Amino acid sequence: MSAPILEVPVLETTGLGVRRRRAWALRDCSLSVPAGRVAALVGPNGAGKTTLMLAAVGLLAPDRGHVSVRGTAAFVAQDKPLYESFTVGELLEFGRRTNTRWDGEGARARLDVLGVPLGRRAGRLSGGQQAQVAITLALARTPDLLVLDEPLANLDPLARHDVMRTLMGEVAGRGLTVLLSSHVIADLEDTCDWLVVLNGGRLQVSGDIDDLLAGHLLLSGPAEAAEGLEAVSATGTGRHATLLVRGDRALGPRWSTRRPNLDELVMGYLRSPQAAALPGPAGVAR
Amino acid sequence: MIEFQLDRGSGVATYLQLVHQVKHALRLGTLRPGDQLPTAREVVEKLAINPNTVLKAYRELEREGLVTGRPGLGTFVERGFGGAGLAEHTRLRRGLAAWVREARDAGLDEEDLRALFAAVLSDASREGVA
Repeated sequence: MSAPILEVPVLETTGLGVRRRRAWALRDCSLSVPAGRVAALVGPNGAGKTTLMLAAVGLLAPDRGHVSVRGTAAFVAQDKPLYESFTVGELLEFGRRTNTRWDGEGARARLDVLGVPLGRRAGRLSGGQQAQVAITLALARTPDLLVLDEPLANLDPLARHDVMRTLMGEVAGRGLTVLLSSHVIADLEDTCDWLVVLNGGRLQVSGDIDDLLAGHLLLSGPAEAAEGLEAVSATGTGRHATLLVRGDRALGPRWSTRRPNLDELVMGYLRSPQAAALPGPAGVAR
Repeated sequence: MIEFQLDRGSGVATYLQLVHQVKHALRLGTLRPGDQLPTAREVVEKLAINPNTVLKAYRELEREGLVTGRPGLGTFVERGFGGAGLAEHTRLRRGLAAWVREARDAGLDEEDLRALFAAVLSDASREGVA
């Protein structure tokens, strides 16, 4: 939201750089996610999303810069986040024994509502149930920041909806902060209020989604008039051009303008890896 | 209690859909002064939307004086629309339905009806009677 209140960051990275094998998976990444926000982390494969998430929760040590989390962080990995031969009940018991903060009662209540049988082996649950159990186990640690790597991948629409209902309930209930990655922008439109775009290991965008959408325009008009216009990115075929630009500007009657939607904003930046919309001195466009 | 629904393909901002649904319920009398709106948590656990969206909708309704947030208790309906009760509402609706039938019989299509209604409303407000 654009309300002029100072929001307390729960996740903050400064000049973060992580090398994986011989290349930089993440370079010079400075961002902050305020408390109670649901941040969408998007970018193509290999953009550094998983690297950023692992560094955020302390599972990967940065080579440059630093990461700080206010409070505790929990992580749900994308692939096989559960020990498949354990029953759900055994997973709960394992969690209780390996964590100092553990809300076992809340976890059981949630699984009961979801209709997940405690005696079933994790490997025999449906994809949606496995995702819900993994998230339930992460929430039982009562984290301040929950980081989820592609929590909606491979889930059917109903299971995706259920997972998001769970997460949104926690955000509303106790001000949980969420960072989640996804390839499907449509899944993020109603649930996320903060956007982080990574591309080729570099941060392109970090900010409030409403502010970002209000701060950009999508222009549509004749290609020859686009010459010299400073744009985030441009697409077009022959004589017609569509441009994503920052800010408000008066243009001639040959242009039709409107606000972009989230998908158009993200695509506009991903098409131009050099463009950036960041707060502070780093936010200078190309 | 009001049950919110979302039309995801409508192009209308989600918070505005919530605002419109509360106003609609107030007009129809299904929400009345003193009634409580669902908490942000209840809404998001049903619709899977960001809690800030619900809070934004409630702030807008509060700004218009339709609801009041009472800290620790919830959000309550402050007043209905125009003072018309449910019976009055039903009577006016029947009258309007009869008028629509009459206009259709006279050969007006839906767009004509809208234009005529809008013109009369605008005349009335100019004369200061609306």
